[in-house]
Formats: sequence, C-alpha cells, structure tokens
Amino acid sequence: MSKIDITVDGVKFSVPENINLVEALSHQGIQVPTLCWYQGMDECLGTCRVCTVKVGGRHSAACTMKTQKDMTIEFDTDELKDLRRGVIELLFVEGNHYCPSCEKSGDCLLQAQAQDMEMTHSRFPYEFNNYDLDFSGKNILLERNRCVHCKRCTELFSDDEGHKVFSFIGKGAETRVVFDHEREKKLSPHKAKEAMDLCPVGAILVKGQGFSKPYGERKYEKEPLWEKK
Amino acid sequence: MEKRKIIIDPVTRVEGHGRVTLHLNEQNQLEEARLHIVEFRGFEKFVQGRPYWEAPVLVQRLCGICPVSHHLCAAKAIDQIVGVSDETLTPTGRKMRRMMHFGQVLQSHALHYFYLAAPDLLLGMNSDVASRNVVGLAQMNQELAKKGILLRKFGQEIIKATAGKKIHGISAVPGGIHKNMSDEEIQFFKDGKEVPSIEETIQWCLEVLEHYKTFHLKNQSDILSFDQLESNYLSLIGRDGALELYHGELRCVDKDGRKVIEDMDYLKYLDIYEEEVKEWSYMKFPFLKPLGAQKGWVRVGPLARINTCEYIDTPLAQKELESFRSHNGRMPHGTLLYHWARLIEILHCAEKIQELLDDEDIKGENLITKGTRTNTGIGFIEAPRGTLIHHYDVADDDQITKCNLIVSTTHNNTAMNSSVFQRAKQIWETNPDRGEEFLNEIEVAIRAYDPCLSCATHALGQMPLKVELRDFNDVEIRTFTR
Repeated sequence: MSKIDITVDGVKFSVPENINLVEALSHQGIQVPTLCWYQGMDECLGTCRVCTVKVGGRHSAACTMKTQKDMTIEFDTDELKDLRRGVIELLFVEGNHYCPSCEKSGDCLLQAQAQDMEMTHSRFPYEFNNYDLDFSGKNILLERNRCVHCKRCTELFSDDEGHKVFSFIGKGAETRVVFDHEREKKLSPHKAKEAMDLCPVGAILVKGQGFSKPYGERKYEKEPLWEKK
Repeated sequence: MEKRKIIIDPVTRVEGHGRVTLHLNEQNQLEEARLHIVEFRGFEKFVQGRPYWEAPVLVQRLCGICPVSHHLCAAKAIDQIVGVSDETLTPTGRKMRRMMHFGQVLQSHALHYFYLAAPDLLLGMNSDVASRNVVGLAQMNQELAKKGILLRKFGQEIIKATAGKKIHGISAVPGGIHKNMSDEEIQFFKDGKEVPSIEETIQWCLEVLEHYKTFHLKNQSDILSFDQLESNYLSLIGRDGALELYHGELRCVDKDGRKVIEDMDYLKYLDIYEEEVKEWSYMKFPFLKPLGAQKGWVRVGPLARINTCEYIDTPLAQKELESFRSHNGRMPHGTLLYHWARLIEILHCAEKIQELLDDEDIKGENLITKGTRTNTGIGFIEAPRGTLIHHYDVADDDQITKCNLIVSTTHNNTAMNSSVFQRAKQIWETNPDRGEEFLNEIEVAIRAYDPCLSCATHALGQMPLKVELRDFNDVEIRTFTR
C-alpha cells in the first residue's frame, strides 16, 4: 500500500493511502472520538457525527473519509472539540440516559465519550421524550430511551443464519428500532450477548442478565478511552 | 381560650425532611402531636414498567444512608422472580450478601450514634446547638469521636468490598452476587493497615458499649423517664429465636413479650398487614390486621429486635444482651434505649463480619443460581432502622407491574408520633415557654428511632425540622425552626 502525506493540525504524517481516516489517525496516536464506528469495521455508518473533523476547511465525519494525498485535517481545535462535545450533549438530551441504573454503565461508549470530553452537564435543555420499552422479545429487551440510532444493530448484526434481526421503523424524530420477533426468538444466548455488546449504549439488553460485571471490571473502567491518548 | 398549634420545622440531624405540629385545645392543653413527612418521591410508581432486574439497583437510590438494605431487600424479592430463595442461593452468594448487610448496619449505626445521637446524649440535649455535633463531640472526647468515625469507615469498606462501592453498589443480582472476595480484600480487613483490623473493630465496639453503659448508669433516671412507650415489637427472627438481621421468620410480640404473631413466613405478610393513609403526611401508617389500626401499630429497629429475640448467636453481643436485660428487664420500653440496643448490634455485626472473613465460601466462584420463573417477589430484611419490605409483581414479559415498599421508618410512624406527643406534653405541662428546649427534646425523641424520612416517603431533599403551634382554627401561632 502506497504511503501519502497528510497534515493534521499543521503536522505532517505519512499514512497509507485510501484507508479510513479514523484508523489512519489512530495509527499516528491521534484518537478521534467515535460512537457508531469502531476499529475493524468494514463499512462506516456515518450516523453519529461524533468524529467530526475539518477536512480542507469543511466539516466532515472522519469515519466516512479515506486518506488522500495532501489532505489537510483540523482535529484538536477548541471549535471542533466543542462541536463534538455538543453532539454528545445532544444525544444525552434527546434520549433518557440514567447511568446509575443502566446495565451498560461502565461498558457504554456514549458514557465513556462524555467522560473523556469532561462533559459535566448539557448546555441544551433535556427533552424528556417518551420512548417505549419493547419487552416482547424472548431474549432481548429494547430500551429505546437509550437508543442513539447509530444503526450498528440494523446494519452490522445478523443471526446465525445470516439474517438481519433489527431494523428501523418510522421517520425523523419518530424513528425507532424494532426487531423481527421470529428471528429474535431463535437467537442463541451467545448471539443475544453479541447484539448487546455491539450496541454502544444500553438500548439492547439480554433479558434477565442485569448487572453482570463488578465495578472495576467494566470495559471502560479497565481500558479508559483517555488512557489511550 | 382558643385551640392553638406549635410548629417545629425543620427537624434536624435526621435523614430527610420533617415537620412537627403540636395542637393545643381551648384549655391550652396539648391535644395531639403530628410528625409530618413532607417529601414525596414516588419510587413505587416510576419503577413500574422497568425490567425486574433493575429493581435492586434502581430502588436503592431512594437512600444514601442505607442503600445496601434496599439493594439487598429488592434482590431478595427479585430472587423469587427467578425462582431462587435464600436457602437455594449459593453459599458464596448468601454469605457475600450477609457480609454486605452487616457492613451496612455497622456503618449506619455508627453514623447515627456518633454523628446524630451522641452529641445530644454526651454533650447534653440542651447544650449549645452550635457545638452539639460530631465536632463538638471530638472536642469533648477526641478518642471516642475518632473511634466512631473509623468504625463507620470500617463498615463502609466492607460494603465497598462486597458491593463494589461504598454507596449504591451493584453486586446483588437476581439469583446471587456478581463478585466474591479476594485474598487481598480479606487481608485488608485483617492487617489493620488502612482501616482498623476486625479484631480492633470488635475491641472498639466493646469500649464504646462500656462508655455508653457508664453514661447510662449515671443518667439512668433521665434516660428512662424521657419517654416510656409500651408497644408491640416486630422483627425478623433467626433459628431458635436468635437475633437476625438478614433473613428469617417474622415475629411480633406485645408489650409483655407475648407473641401476637407466631413466627411466620414473611411471604404471607399480606395476611397480617394493612396500611393506613392520613391526609397530613406522605408517610403511610402500617398496622397488623389482627390487632386493628388502633392497637396494631408496632415498633421496629434495634430495640424491637433486642426485645423480640431470645438470644444473640455471637458470644460478645450475647454477653452484652444479658447485661442490657439485667439493667432494663426483658421487655424494656424506654425510647432512648434504642441507642444501647444499637450499640449491641454494632458489636454483633463486627463479630459476624469476623466469622465471615474466616469463611472460605466468600472466596467461592459459584456466584449465581436460577430456578423456575415466578411473577411475585417479596423481600424482607432488617435494615438498620428496622424491618424493610419490598414487594414486586412482574409480568411474564419481565416488566414490573407493581411495587410496594414498606420501610422501617414507616413502621415506626405511629410510635414516633406517640413519642413526640408524650415528650411535648411533659414539656408543655411543666413549662410551656421553653422554646429551644421544645425543639431539642422533641428532636431527641424522634432521633432515637433514627428515622430516614427520605426512605419513608421514598422522597428527595434534606432533613431539617420545624415545630408549629396552631390554634383550634388551625391558625399558626408560633413556629420554632432552626
């Protein structure tokens, strides 16, 4: 793979050409915050915009960009840090996120990013929207108060037979995640756990599991995002 | 002369927010006293529609003092939802939970005695309010205050080791516990490097008890005449009538020690319980159906447990129980004796923790078990302040459809009102002009029960007190606040 030069915040880096920008920056020790994207993902979703940077002076979701020759990227500026934190704050006010009683607390990427960005409160008013919980599943509970509509479950998860299980219904603010009842019913415990782990927040929960990990053993307590920087 | 009313608002050095009104009749005699609990939180309502496994973590948020008791009581109830009982929990699950609870009772009792109650007792209930607190206590007896603070810390560290955090831990899960204790964690409580060792903790409990007994004997007549309230007493009870804080049968005895409720399986509590609502308080008034609303009220908590039990199954606490009974008789009713009873329980908890720290089961790997799914879960536990009840109904799809919480302070509701009335009447009849003393002594009477008004109403806020004096037309005449 041929190498090209890119400039990040005025510093030149030599990176492989045509690879995911978040990944390329990660290899250079620059951790771009993400929520819908994760390392190793084949296709980006580009849904959350938490990875917003400026490329050639224009706001872009870094996960949707491939490295190109002479790219000029702005990342660690006050304006962009504020914008990315604003995106996280908006997710908090749009949903109903009560970390103290959430099963994914400590394993939740939204919570970890908020902590990493030192978000102590939201500058936007909480919306206190009403969302239904879907208890109808045999294995999985959908806690829609916490869904950030990242599409990980709808795009990246499939059952043992390769069929999609989750999808979105509704439009705009009415969009909500649902599952195929027949396929959900047949999920193995392993697959149900996989779906729960894939969800970056606490919207997909394995029924009855509760709070399975002790403090200190949870994902972002063991490997805090800020220690990767 | 018209009817009048005295108001004390807020009540201080208790957990939560309360107000007292004293009602005077046309002859200027005290007619009625009411402890109003003016907070409202609604946990029973908003837990509805949540998944059952969230209950132990969610509901404990109604308190910052005894969250472990709510956490474990909810866990015991939710165990039944997943078909597990205390008897079928794994030994590690059962013993870790018990240790957590002993840590909770120890720290809560230490908090109450040293921070809330001892300043009244040891500095004098009418001493300067500015120094009637744990700092004033430290100025008077530095060693005692230090031991009190460290005893509480020991209990909190036990909670942290078993629940994960000192406040609002998450380890009790449906059917068990999600962590055991490591050798390092056990050693932490034995080596005495960062917290007093368990041996030292027990020794300090004995010293504090000795200190209290000396004080008690010097001031016995004042303590016993402060408030004598003949009542029924209710608590869980262990095997053969042993003092039990975590799990057992339900026993209720009357003022003479006769069983009014034979030791019964607490799952049948609805057969004997009823709750009354009064328009002037958010706190309900539970009573035993067989005795009726007038006579069926009970007292719970340390004095109740000491009165219902036959013995204590740890040697040092048993010796202290014998000493307590030799001084006060088999069925004492003095409200301030709650404090002595509380100190005996601190010692019992420390002894139990010592037993468990030496038990290999707490290091076990088998943490969770499961049984046949049911739709109703009922948990009882002896919280520091007394019998605590959690009741959940859960639909087949796992959502909670009903939640009822009867907390310790709620059980003591009628008793607290009676104690306030008795104390206020005595003061009013001897010297009605005593303003500050009204506040002090009424607060001392309430404080003996160590009420948690936030728990009782599942409410939010601070807990200061106000006393109102109102005439018979309900017009406020005087208000005492601090």
